[in-house]
Amino acid sequence: MTSLPPFALFFVGALVVAFTRGTVRKALVLAIPLVGGLSLWFGTGAEVSASGAQVLLQIDLLGYTLTPYRADKLSLLFGYLFHIAAFLGFLYALHLGDGTPDGSVAADVGEDDIVGNETAGLQHVSAMLYAGSALGAVFAGDLITLFVFWELLAITSVFLIWARGSDKSYATGFRYLIIHVVSGVLLLSGALMLAHQTGSIAFDAIGLEGNGPAGWILLIAFGIKAGFPLAHNWITEAYPESTPTGTVFLSAFTTKVAVYALARGFAGAEPLIIIGTAMTFFPIFYAVLENDLRRVLGYSMVNQIGFMVAGIGIGTGMAVNGAVAHAFADVIFKGLLFMSMGAVMTMTGRTKGTDLGGLYKTMPITATLCIFGAAAISAFPLFSAFVTKSMIMVAAIEEHHYIAWLFMLFASAGVLEHAGIKIPFFSFFAHDSGIRTKEPPRNMLFAMTIGAVLCVLIGMFPSQLYALLPMEMDYHPYDTRHVVTQLQLLCFGALGFITLMKTGVYPDEKRAVHIDAEVVYRKLGPWVVNTVGGAVGRADAYVRASVMEFVRSALDAADRSHGRMGPLARSWPSGSMVLWVAILLAAYLLFYL
Amino acid sequence: MSQNLPALLVVVPLLLAPLAALSGRAKIAWGIATAACWWTLYAAISLLLRVQESGVIRYSLGGWEPPYGIEYRIDLASAFVALIVAAIGAVTIPYAGTSIAKEVSEDRAPLFYTAWILMLAGLLGIAITGDVFNVFVFLEISSLSAYSMIALGQDRRALTSTFQYLIMGSVGATFIVIGIGLMYVMTGTLNMVDLAERLPMVESNRTIPVAFTFLTVGITLKLALFPLHLWLPNAYTYAPSAVTAFMASTSTKVSVYLLLRFFFTIFGEVFSFEQMRLNMVLMPLALIAILAISLVAIYEVNVKRMLAFSSVAQIGYMVLGISFGTVLGVTAGIIHLFNHALMKGALFMAMGCVMYRIGSVQLDKMAGLGKAMPWTMAAFVGAGLSLIGVPLTVGFVSKWYLVQAALAEGQWFVAGVVMVGSLMALIYIWKVVEVAYFQEPDPDHEIIEAPLSMLIPTWVLVIASFWFGIDATTTATVATQAAETLLGAMP
Repeated sequence: MTSLPPFALFFVGALVVAFTRGTVRKALVLAIPLVGGLSLWFGTGAEVSASGAQVLLQIDLLGYTLTPYRADKLSLLFGYLFHIAAFLGFLYALHLGDGTPDGSVAADVGEDDIVGNETAGLQHVSAMLYAGSALGAVFAGDLITLFVFWELLAITSVFLIWARGSDKSYATGFRYLIIHVVSGVLLLSGALMLAHQTGSIAFDAIGLEGNGPAGWILLIAFGIKAGFPLAHNWITEAYPESTPTGTVFLSAFTTKVAVYALARGFAGAEPLIIIGTAMTFFPIFYAVLENDLRRVLGYSMVNQIGFMVAGIGIGTGMAVNGAVAHAFADVIFKGLLFMSMGAVMTMTGRTKGTDLGGLYKTMPITATLCIFGAAAISAFPLFSAFVTKSMIMVAAIEEHHYIAWLFMLFASAGVLEHAGIKIPFFSFFAHDSGIRTKEPPRNMLFAMTIGAVLCVLIGMFPSQLYALLPMEMDYHPYDTRHVVTQLQLLCFGALGFITLMKTGVYPDEKRAVHIDAEVVYRKLGPWVVNTVGGAVGRADAYVRASVMEFVRSALDAADRSHGRMGPLARSWPSGSMVLWVAILLAAYLLFYL
Repeated sequence: MSQNLPALLVVVPLLLAPLAALSGRAKIAWGIATAACWWTLYAAISLLLRVQESGVIRYSLGGWEPPYGIEYRIDLASAFVALIVAAIGAVTIPYAGTSIAKEVSEDRAPLFYTAWILMLAGLLGIAITGDVFNVFVFLEISSLSAYSMIALGQDRRALTSTFQYLIMGSVGATFIVIGIGLMYVMTGTLNMVDLAERLPMVESNRTIPVAFTFLTVGITLKLALFPLHLWLPNAYTYAPSAVTAFMASTSTKVSVYLLLRFFFTIFGEVFSFEQMRLNMVLMPLALIAILAISLVAIYEVNVKRMLAFSSVAQIGYMVLGISFGTVLGVTAGIIHLFNHALMKGALFMAMGCVMYRIGSVQLDKMAGLGKAMPWTMAAFVGAGLSLIGVPLTVGFVSKWYLVQAALAEGQWFVAGVVMVGSLMALIYIWKVVEVAYFQEPDPDHEIIEAPLSMLIPTWVLVIASFWFGIDATTTATVATQAAETLLGAMP
């Protein structure tokens, strides 16, 4: 049977939103994800749970059968998630266009329109299209449809970065666009090669075995969007440059579509374990050194996706379930953290750790909600990550990936430090920055509250989420060993933190960036951060510099030969033209005779 | 009348041309040119339908039986190319009415339209004739009229560009006629079918490879294959806007058709590709054209010149498809021939609109045009998407077939080059988008949207480039059949 794919509602909705203003627009942006989500749940969702995977729409084009709407448990899970994320994002951004919020001190920093009031319409329309593209991508049943939405994701989301209106955001957005278009071109190339080899463009399990270069090209295409190491910079560069509300959308969709694509295409691909582990591990050093709190969350994003990628690489039913469940939880708790930082930015115009502090006095609700998000990401029992990430960790042990497990455990402690403690501590506590503001607009608080409630609900009643997961499994997160291990990790972290505070070893922000390593892993000590972080930084800088040097010399060479005055571009005298004719004639004659 | 339609396709414009010259008034001459263009469109459509229905049309001119008389021989490839030429002519002529009124003085306009009609007749003649000497005659008719039209460009550099084009074009035509002469000496016939039959008998003689060489150089010069493209950028840049749009979409396309006709129909695929290894010559040059000339386009700041360089790169794609020597490859080449006519015509027409309003197509003059001329710039972006090869545009269809053809031959590298070429097109199109949409306009100049008479034809091509991108069955079917005819033995 055929039915209307979920993205259609969002695309049509975006068109309508573009021509409405005020209350009507506000009602629309909330109603669209709500209606879409409910109809997905009661329509396609019910059908799939009754009779398995469904192909709901097919189109014939160029001799291939395109499948713009294919639903199974995996795509449905992401479908629900994106509807929730879109609803929360729009609720959070509802005040756009209403002017500067009451009590805001954002104008102090010299950026007049930090909220993005002037670009409210643009932000709503592009966010709506962006959410629709994400839905289109997860319900795409073939690689060509996936490619179309893959590119649309990039093109629609870049406006959320440009909406900030600064020169820096323009440059960043442009780089972001280039990276994602490259990813799309790779995806199309890989798809064509695969279609040529197998004669099918269906998007099912691909794998790296027996597909030649096609498998690897597709993996890299997905990997760029997922923020694989060395391709992760678009995340940490673009997210802090968007508007306070835009980042919330950005953090929800693009990387999760990539996680979905990896889960469908490359479950069980061994290299992903190494890549994923590396992703959990290296960003924590950068996160520790970073001062811009939204960029810290960007690194944290790479770190969390690392867990998902590793889970997909392990490839057992439980691991893949863990990966997609963690993606589900991550969108909500990371969204909550980005929302709390966005609220701080909206009200104060600042996101740097050194500029903030003491805000709990004037933003107590935001601070509380932020701590909920921090607890969720740190995987406290009764919070969401506790019931999702653990599946990946258990699967790693069961499949004997001990080294990966150790690294991920270390990285989990790193999460507690840079996301669990650093984010709330520097913005709401630490030294009093003297900033006096108010709570953010009510819609922001509502959105954050819903996010916090979801974090707790998932953590307390995981069976509801587990029922939606694509693979069969039998797993109970609340057994003694898991709870005790996790509490030990967290309690010793907290103990060490308090000890340092009392003994005054932890005096100010600059030293404070080391707390994780000092507290949780005393033996590794601060030198881990300095030496490993420094070495990683140096190696990174060296690779980057040499690549840039190569690019620059290549560009110079290109400019010399192809630039406006280069031999290939300038106007030639007729004599030289005719000379070329003679040369070619002679060459051909030699060649032929 | 329908019996004589093949002759009338060419004869009607040839007769109308002197009328336009004698009319003495721009408006009347334009009316006559419009009549000629629309007549040829009607004739070309009926011919294509008839060929599709009942196969090759053979028409002996003046009742003289071939091989003594001249024969018009219309198969699917000829009819398809004739349709492209006629359709582009019919779309660009309303546009020319407005833009030429501004660019060419009233007293010269009738002569301009005369040249326009002659060029149309020449290009159509090349497409449908079955006689190689007749090809040369029509080639000269179209080239001479093209020179005179380019020379009427506003910029003084139009004159030097024309002169260079004249020299190069004449060298090319001379080479072609030398090749034809050598073939005639060896076989004693000028009829294409006869030549195809008799050439295999004298293949071992050295004269034939020499003839082949002269034809290769002559034709690749006419179609502006790297490195013989040097005449093209300036000619396209300084010609009047309507001429650039018309020429870019038709004249190089007809040269590509000549390449197909000579190397597949007359010499035969076996001789051209297996014995003479034509692919070893065409493929590297096509690849260089795609990569190197796209790079040149990226650096160019005069948008018309940028598009001209882009044309050279796009010709690379067509020749690349043909150089595989397979049905799939030739199909890809023919599809791109049609698709490129649509998109490049639209792009040059959009730039003509800009030229009409602001008198320049330098990038730095186009700041903020996205706001001042929204429809023009939207057309540019729409056709630009095609050039890049975005799905749902004709450009995607072209690239799809081209990559398929490359992969069928196991040429991964070539497929990669096609992809890289698309990325480079993205960069140079984006340069224009960035200036037009993201820079603030100069507040001193009040710029208004181009007149409807120019916008409508532009948009016709833009919409066509999406239409045939979404439903590519028509083009794909015709192109595949044409390729099969070309590669199959001559019936």
